Amino acid sequence: MEVISSVRPPLVTGGKTIADVSEDICKQVEAKPSKSWMMGMAISLTALAVGLYATIMLLWEGIGVWGLNKTVGWAWDITNFVWWVGIGHAGTLISAILLLFRQKWRMSINRAAEAMTIFAVICAAMFPGFHMGRLWLGFYWALPLPNTFGSLWVNFNSPLLWDVFAISTYFTVSLVFWYIGLIPDFATIRDRAKNKISKIIYGALSFGWDGAARTWQRYESVALILAGLATPLVLSVHTIVSFDFATSVIPGWHTTIFPPYFVAGAIFSGFAMVMTLMLVARHVMGLKDYITVYHIEMMNTIILVTGSIVGIAYLTEYFIAWYSGVPAEQYAFYNRATGPYWWAYWTMMTCNVVSPQLFWFKKIRTSIIASFILSIVVNIGMWFERFVIIVTSLHRDYLPSSWAMFYPTFYDVGEFLFSLGFFFTSFLLFAKFFPVVNIAEVKSILKSTVSDKKSLK
Amino acid sequence: MELNKNFILGVYSDPDQVVKAARHLLKSGVKIHEVYSPFPVHGIDDILGYTRSRLPVVAFLFGAAGTILALLMQFWMMGIDWPMIIGGKNFASLPPFIPVTFEFTVLLSALGMVGTFMIISDLKPYKKPRIFDIRITDDKHVIAIDLAANRLELKKIRSVLADTDAEEINEKNFE
Repeated sequence: MEVISSVRPPLVTGGKTIADVSEDICKQVEAKPSKSWMMGMAISLTALAVGLYATIMLLWEGIGVWGLNKTVGWAWDITNFVWWVGIGHAGTLISAILLLFRQKWRMSINRAAEAMTIFAVICAAMFPGFHMGRLWLGFYWALPLPNTFGSLWVNFNSPLLWDVFAISTYFTVSLVFWYIGLIPDFATIRDRAKNKISKIIYGALSFGWDGAARTWQRYESVALILAGLATPLVLSVHTIVSFDFATSVIPGWHTTIFPPYFVAGAIFSGFAMVMTLMLVARHVMGLKDYITVYHIEMMNTIILVTGSIVGIAYLTEYFIAWYSGVPAEQYAFYNRATGPYWWAYWTMMTCNVVSPQLFWFKKIRTSIIASFILSIVVNIGMWFERFVIIVTSLHRDYLPSSWAMFYPTFYDVGEFLFSLGFFFTSFLLFAKFFPVVNIAEVKSILKSTVSDKKSLK
Repeated sequence: MELNKNFILGVYSDPDQVVKAARHLLKSGVKIHEVYSPFPVHGIDDILGYTRSRLPVVAFLFGAAGTILALLMQFWMMGIDWPMIIGGKNFASLPPFIPVTFEFTVLLSALGMVGTFMIISDLKPYKKPRIFDIRITDDKHVIAIDLAANRLELKKIRSVLADTDAEEINEKNFE
C-alpha cells in the first residue's frame, strides 16, 4: 500500500528514483575533486598550517605564551573547548533524538551532521589537552591507570574527570553510530567502483556487507538501541561540561540552571553549524533535491526554539542573581553587562537572543541567504557566550587588588585557527571520500515521500 | 548437489512486491535462502520467520556490566585502595560517582552490542561478501533460492518465480 501525505511536503524532490539516489551521492565520491573543493581545501590547509605553527610553539614553550594571568586562568582555550563540544551536539541529536521521534527529515542531513560532530569533538578534546601543558602526559594522567605514584588514582569527585569520561564516551559512541550507518553506503560505492584501489578500500570499509534481510533486521535493531543510548548521552555530555563551572564557587558559575541552559545552547550552536555546512554542501555538491527548503525550515525552527530557551536562561540568571540577595552574585552579573567586557556581553545578547527571533518570519526561515548569515551569527554569539561566562566571571576576583583583564595573544588565536583548520580540512575530506547523505535511509523513505509518483516505476 | 552453491534468483524493484513474492514462494513450498535489499524492507523478516533480534538484551547485559564495573572501580579506588580527604567529604559516596558510572554504562553497552552485531553478522574488513547481484546495493531486491535445499525441480521453481512478477529470473553459481 502506498501512502503519500498531502499535508507534508516531500522530503526528496525532483522525482528521484532509487537508482538516482545512488548515482547522485556516489558521483561526488567518484568524480575528480571540484575547483570549489580545492579552494576550500587550500584555505583550510592554510589555517591549519598557521595554527600548527602556533601549536608547536605552544607545546615547546608551555602555556605561558597565552594571555592568561594569575586571575584569569581559563580564557580562550576553555571557551574554544566548550564552543566545539556544543557544536558537536547536533549530529548525534539529529540522528538519535530525531530517530526516536521518527522525524524522517533527519535522513538527508544526519550523515554530514554526525561527521561534523565527530570532528568537532576532536577539536574540543584538543583544548583541555593543550591546557594541561604536557599533552603527551595528558592521557596518562587523566585516566584511572595504575601508576608509580602509589597507585594514586584520579579524583572521581572532580567534574573535570567526569568530562574526560563524558567526552571520550561521546566520541566513541558517536563514531560507532556514524560508522554503522556508513557500512551499507560503503557497500554501494564498492559495488559501483571501477578501479581496483577504490574496490579494495571501499571493500574493506564496507565490512563485507551484502544486504541480507537478516543483517538488515539486526542493523535496524542496533540503530534503534544506539539511538536510545545516545539520547541520554548527548544530554549528559553538555550537562557534565556545565558541571565544570556549576560545581565551583565562582559567582556567575555557581548556578543550578547551567545544565539545561548549556544543553539548549549546545543544540542551538550545533544546528547553526549544521546549517552553515549543509547550505554550502547543498550548493556546491548539487544536493538541492535532498536538502530542500523544508529541511532548512525545520532546522531553523529548532534554532528558533533553542535560541529562545537560551534567551530565557540569560534572563533567569539575572532574576536569580537579584533574587538570591548575594552581593557577589549580583555584582558578577552587573559587571557582565556594564563592566569592561560589556561589548562581549552585548555581542552575545544580539547574536543569540535577538537574531534567532527573526526566524518567526516564514520568509526569513525559508530564505537560504538569511539562514546562512544567521547561522554564522549564531555561532559567533555562542562563542561569545562561553567567553562571557568564563572570562567575565573570573577577571573580577574576590580581592580588588587582583582584578585583571585578559588579552589574547597570537597563540590564543593561533590555537583557535588550528582547530578551525582541522575541522574544515576533515570535513572537506569527508565530503570528498564519504557519502555525504545516508543513501540507504533516503532510499527507504523515497517511496512514501517522493513528489512525482510516476518516477517510482 | 551441495548446499550454498547453486542459486536461482528473483529480481524485483519494488519492496512491496518482494514481500508479496516471498509470501507466494513460501506458500508454494519453495524454501527461500535469503532476501537481499538495498535498504531494510519492513515485514520481510516476519515472512522469512526471523525471530526478533536479541541484541537489545545483549546491550542491556553489557550496560549492566558497565554499571557494576564502574561502581566497583570507583568505590575501590576512592574508598579502599587510597582514601583521600577531598574538601572534608566522605572518602566514597555515591552521588559524585554517578556521572562516570553512567558514561561507562553507555560506553560498554554500545560497544558490546555493536561488537556482538559485527560478530554474529560476520562483518569484518577482510571479508569477501558473496554478491548475488551487483545491483543489490543500488536499486534491486533479490530473493535467493538455494537449489540444493529445495526438493522442487528447477522448472517448478522458475514457474513459481514467474508467477510473482519477478523482473528477472537469474541463476547464480558460486565456486
